[in-house]
Amino acid sequence: MKRLGLLIFAAALLLAGCRHSSPQTPKPAAYGTQITEVSGGKQLAQVGSPLPQPLVLQVNGADGNPVTGALVTFHGDGVQFTPAQALTDSSGQVTVEAQLGYNPGDYQVTAETPKSGGGAASMSLREIALGYEQTVGRMLNDKYCIRCHDPESTPERVSNLDNLSPAPHQFTDGATLNRISDADLTNMIAHGGPALNKSPQMPAYGATLKPAEIKAMLSYIRTIADPPYQTPGVKYGK
Amino acid sequence: MDDNNKPGPLRSRPTLRELAYFGGVSLVLLVSLAIAPAKNYFSDWRHYQKSYLKIAAERQSGTLVRSFHGGIRQTWIAKLGVVDRCESCHVNMNGALVGATAQPFRKHPPIPHEIDQFGCVTCHRGQGPATSVEEAHYTTEAWEQPLLPAKYLESGCGQCHLGPLEGAPKLSEGRNLLSSMGCVHCHNVSQPDGNQLTPGDNPPPLTHIAEKTSREWIYAWIKNPQAYAASASMPNFLLNDQDAADISAFLMAQSTPSAASKVKIKPVAAASPSGADAATEATTLYGASFCSSCHAVQNEAGNLVGGNFGPELTRVGNKVNPDWLRRWLNNPAAYHPDTRMPHYRMDDKQVALLSTFLLAKKDNDLLANVHLSPSTADSVAHGKKLVTEAGCAACHQINGVNPPQNFAPDLTRVGSRALAQVVFAPGMKHNLPDYIAAKIHDPRSFGPGLKMPKFTLTDSQTDALATALLAQTDRAATYPKELIISGARPSNYHPGGDAGKLMDDLRCLSCHAINGNGGDMAPDLTWEGSAVQRAWLEEFLKNPNTLRPALIRRMPKFNLNPREIKTLADYISVAYQGPGFDSQTLDTHSLNADSAARGKQLFYSKYGCQSCHIADYKNDKGYVGPALTSVGTRLTPVWTYKWLKDPNALRAGTLMPNFGLKDEEARDLTAFLMTLKAKQGGGK
Repeated sequence: MKRLGLLIFAAALLLAGCRHSSPQTPKPAAYGTQITEVSGGKQLAQVGSPLPQPLVLQVNGADGNPVTGALVTFHGDGVQFTPAQALTDSSGQVTVEAQLGYNPGDYQVTAETPKSGGGAASMSLREIALGYEQTVGRMLNDKYCIRCHDPESTPERVSNLDNLSPAPHQFTDGATLNRISDADLTNMIAHGGPALNKSPQMPAYGATLKPAEIKAMLSYIRTIADPPYQTPGVKYGK
Repeated sequence: MDDNNKPGPLRSRPTLRELAYFGGVSLVLLVSLAIAPAKNYFSDWRHYQKSYLKIAAERQSGTLVRSFHGGIRQTWIAKLGVVDRCESCHVNMNGALVGATAQPFRKHPPIPHEIDQFGCVTCHRGQGPATSVEEAHYTTEAWEQPLLPAKYLESGCGQCHLGPLEGAPKLSEGRNLLSSMGCVHCHNVSQPDGNQLTPGDNPPPLTHIAEKTSREWIYAWIKNPQAYAASASMPNFLLNDQDAADISAFLMAQSTPSAASKVKIKPVAAASPSGADAATEATTLYGASFCSSCHAVQNEAGNLVGGNFGPELTRVGNKVNPDWLRRWLNNPAAYHPDTRMPHYRMDDKQVALLSTFLLAKKDNDLLANVHLSPSTADSVAHGKKLVTEAGCAACHQINGVNPPQNFAPDLTRVGSRALAQVVFAPGMKHNLPDYIAAKIHDPRSFGPGLKMPKFTLTDSQTDALATALLAQTDRAATYPKELIISGARPSNYHPGGDAGKLMDDLRCLSCHAINGNGGDMAPDLTWEGSAVQRAWLEEFLKNPNTLRPALIRRMPKFNLNPREIKTLADYISVAYQGPGFDSQTLDTHSLNADSAARGKQLFYSKYGCQSCHIADYKNDKGYVGPALTSVGTRLTPVWTYKWLKDPNALRAGTLMPNFGLKDEEARDLTAFLMTLKAKQGGGK
């Protein structure tokens, strides 16, 4: 019986030792009541790759002012954060790098900050990982589609969106595009707008792109849709 | 145990103790014999196959359960050296079990290859024949190459695809960087087809450097190139003050006069304009010469504006000697025969304007604190020793120092380097991708005595370089020839004759490709003679106003004289003809007014061409493609016709889609486009 006691004691010691060796949690110096996104949501990255921009979040107090020294913890299935926990800086912000996992698709990133009276304030960001097919789609998008479907203008690439009437849909416009079936979208890319009684200003790409490229394009459009696109049909859990 | 308790024939009855030992030993033997089957029974793959069947049964999918073949599943591809048992656990690779998101049952995302033709380890690495999770995925004693982290996956593609590859941007970027950052000056990187990567940068010769700059600038530059120009690709050798001073002493000492130094230039005062008007004029000249197509300048907001083909000019006034700059603007090749910079035919006034404008780009603090003691014979000798040891001559031409041979490790098979041969920095993970990335990111972290300098790279550039290097595997070298897809290699085409000399002087091939040789900054000119009308070409060479106002990179004005223009136009319109641009393809007599009217209808209504092109400035707004308001004076009818039929066949990679036009539609559109003429002959 004595031996058993000793064994349990040793095990407890070992466990305690293990806990100590795990990375140290920074001690919060202050507590906020609310956490908000400054930048870094809805980014695209290739699978397993870091997001192009860091995640920047801000913790505010009850008075709405930023809180310095509040602890922010990041979680996300398959996402690696450097660092995973940080204290807010003098402007009440934390900046972390995030690397997405192996799967293409959506990643949910949650940031949490403890409140002074217990409990925690949290918020979620959506990040998107591109697999092979979506990467091909993105390259095609950047080459052929972006000039008319993206309102953003750069000196190298002036947007043509405002010159067109009716204006083309942005590919992130899930509210509209999610309601169009895969077959219809494929037809529109392959045979142009008139195939679905839409504007002839959308040219037909069927003789320019291979079927696999049109499929890749479709996959890209579905992946970046906001709100996210839900595959029709049976849904299963894990 | 009592069953064993029988009298032996040869000995007297065993004692109880002997029996106990015997029993114990038998028990141990039995247990140890049972270990193997038990291990097999409780193996990872059996566990996962059972879970898979359980999920399938829960979904009441009888077909899935019935069609499932259990046991070890192996993919054997002899010619690739692949023996993979991954599918023993990853049983749902084809996605038959819909919606499974947790590993090992996730469906493999779509890729352009069949898994059973290439296997898994070809791209993912890891140990194919292993049947336990640990051994297949991670570094173990018997296996040192673990599964490849996802961010380097494109290196798998790079084993067979040796050129740029759509869908593998990281790999392509990495290969470009190996070339453009000049890695391959020192490191040999050969591909399985025998192609050796060649440097894509153009390091200046240092043989006449005393003409160009000061010893103080050299000192500051080699101490920290990025302090002078944030975008500089020259790496930092982390030199101490004394070594940098000695190297600068040696570089000044070895310099000899260049051919340019013999050119007489007018004294500054005579030609130098001044005042606000001159500044405006100079800014206009800088813009009109399209210097920013190749050179960047940091603006007040700290952003680089301009191209990266030539060096950044933000602080060029700190660097160059005024006389050198004027000679350089006068004719760059006299100083650097292999420069990519064209010979602008500027007059003295323009040279003076531009040099004054450039010399004003300086940061007075840059060299304020550089005070070097005068160079001595010792410091020059020490400088030469350092230059030789550091391998400066691998990139730069230097008097008295030969380019080193086999200077840095050969990286042809670096993607398969055995970990036993790798010296890891303290505290780093023992695996190859991390080693390669760390070595690129901060080479000196592996020891202060190492030669490799520190390059200025972003994290994603480091990942891209590591991806390109991880593609250099032993495995790729043994693949059958028919799997290897070589990249396009530049031809050694150079235009001949008088026009050839002129085109070389203007460095046309720095931006334009012709017959498979040249840059990709401007349109390919291989068939330019078939494409454009002779009158337009002459007008364009005289005054190249751009077809695409939205572009930053444009053709500069070279101030060519009429004889030069005629020589170039003659050569281009005769020598650069494509196949099949004749009356058999398109009978120009069929392009009549009726046809043009039908074409206009097609242009505006059926095909919506005005969404990207402007045919009429009053109504059309599209500017994705070039403006077509004077296309009838620019392009030949037959080129226009063939272009409309299949643009990609005439210019690979064009944005213009192939509309699959019928012959008569293309003819009508051509007829319409040919009616769009410039107001007064050529040009605008």
